[in-house]
Amino acid sequence: MRSTLSGFGKGLMKLGRGRGDLVLLHADMAGSEIVTPFASLFPERTVNCGASEQDMVTTAAGLALEGKKPVAIAPSAFLTARSFDQVRTCLAIPDLGVVLVGTHSGLSAGEDGAVHQMNQDVALMRSLPGMSVLVPSDFDSSFAMAGLAIGHPDPVYVRLGRDEVPDTGPFDEAEMRIGGGRLLLEGDGVTLCACGIMVHEALKAARILSQQGINAEVIDCFCLKPLPSRLILSSLRRTGCCVVAEEHNVIGGLGEAIAALSASENPVPVKSVAVSDRYGQSGTPLELQEYYGLTFREIVGESAQVWSMRRR
Amino acid sequence: MKASQRRELERTALEVRKDIVRMTGVSRACHLDSSLSVVDILVYLYWKVLKIRPDEPLWPERDRLIFSKDHGSPALYAVLARRGFFERKELWNYRRLGAMLQGRPEHARTPGVDAPGGSRGMAIGIANGLLLSSRMDGNDRRVFCVIGSEELREGSLWESALRAGDLGYEGLTVVVDSSAPPSAAQTLAPGKGASERKRFEAFGWRVMEADGHNFDHLERAVLRAHPGPEGLPSVIMARTIIGKGVSSAEKGPLEKPGRPLDRNGMEQALRELELASDEIEGGVKP
Repeated sequence: MRSTLSGFGKGLMKLGRGRGDLVLLHADMAGSEIVTPFASLFPERTVNCGASEQDMVTTAAGLALEGKKPVAIAPSAFLTARSFDQVRTCLAIPDLGVVLVGTHSGLSAGEDGAVHQMNQDVALMRSLPGMSVLVPSDFDSSFAMAGLAIGHPDPVYVRLGRDEVPDTGPFDEAEMRIGGGRLLLEGDGVTLCACGIMVHEALKAARILSQQGINAEVIDCFCLKPLPSRLILSSLRRTGCCVVAEEHNVIGGLGEAIAALSASENPVPVKSVAVSDRYGQSGTPLELQEYYGLTFREIVGESAQVWSMRRR
Repeated sequence: MKASQRRELERTALEVRKDIVRMTGVSRACHLDSSLSVVDILVYLYWKVLKIRPDEPLWPERDRLIFSKDHGSPALYAVLARRGFFERKELWNYRRLGAMLQGRPEHARTPGVDAPGGSRGMAIGIANGLLLSSRMDGNDRRVFCVIGSEELREGSLWESALRAGDLGYEGLTVVVDSSAPPSAAQTLAPGKGASERKRFEAFGWRVMEADGHNFDHLERAVLRAHPGPEGLPSVIMARTIIGKGVSSAEKGPLEKPGRPLDRNGMEQALRELELASDEIEGGVKP
């Protein structure tokens, strides 16, 4: 059990040696698992901007204009919502190659409550033309995604949670690309698309479904934009139905993206397991997952429904 | 400054003003009055201060200038064209579909534009990034920001101003175009912006004032700003007149909302500016 936060932090540390242009900016996150590894080796390229997320984003734009590769890290609530204008005006419209990393996303902010539980970040970032959106599901993929994001010439948003998660399993390096996804389990009964912590719930759901005679195909859609469309569509052709699971508001996330893809390319029933357009509240992340219905149980329930409506 | 140099700058500024009248007239843009106020500041910087190579806009060692005054982009474009960054004929396509000159400056489209501009209050933040990069690389880059005084109401500007002061970016000079209608310019001049000045000082900046239409004033302020011996960023509060040089625009937004000039208004404005040119040539100060 390791966090995606530390995976990305270790990835940045490894990249720091080969890339002298890499600069890490953070908003008062010294000591965090994502900052410490890089900061301990490259203190001269680590800058604490303090709780000034808007200035951090414009500073990142300035660095990128001068040919640096900035990685700007802050809790996703402040990075994506508070600084949205700066991200849009100074990074996205001018298409500057800055990596934005939102931490403590989704329900993982737990006890900090509704303000910190950012379930709208993917919707905000997806809406910006040219912005890629990545959500790793485990340590290893998060480690690899650091390289993927740094190597991309355009702006990228990476969404990380705070808590430790199980390993999803080995992956093919070739899958690790912008617009890629990981086929974790093959099946022809129902397609389960998930990202982040919900990948683990989808895998649990698949085990239960197989006992009920439904072979689920599980795809880790770590790249929410651009979507791994070919992978998803070829799965939908085999299964004829889909459930999407994400730790995000039901509006503007992976569920809507896949529903739109299916509607235009291969209409099949698609159901969503997500936060049902509500704000969070204080509680442990696990309690919140139960309370807001983001567990394998909901995925199993929705799977049974879409399976009965499947169109092949 | 020698009288001949001053006359040359005044002549250039008048030509820039004429181009602004023509381009805002042709494009039916309502940005005439807010562009005219900032002309002398830009002319002084682009002809006397900035280390630039118009035929090599991305020359790495150039001074950077970030322009974020809202509704002021015609002034920047007319200056860049006259300084030789691109052909003047681009001015007549300002704001048209597919034009090099967008409503707000875009660095990737327009030679001579160093940074994205267009949303208020972000120039100092971008400058912070340029200066951080320069500090990491061990060079002493100079960065100028030209902003509108209305941006001093933006919270994000102060976030960045605080940081620039904390880090002591002495390479940074911000010129604030503090424009007012001519009727208010006299009465507001001495006390105006006192709170902003105190705020900048409290944030670790050196604050100077200048008449933004007087090249000698601007020169004195900029010479004091660079190099900053105390390791402080500098801000020059430049008092200017809305619509400077064109009487119909000088009435300013307090009296009527800025409207694009019609054909008659355009001709009238150009006649006034021609008259001012003749006065310079005749050796009489306008």
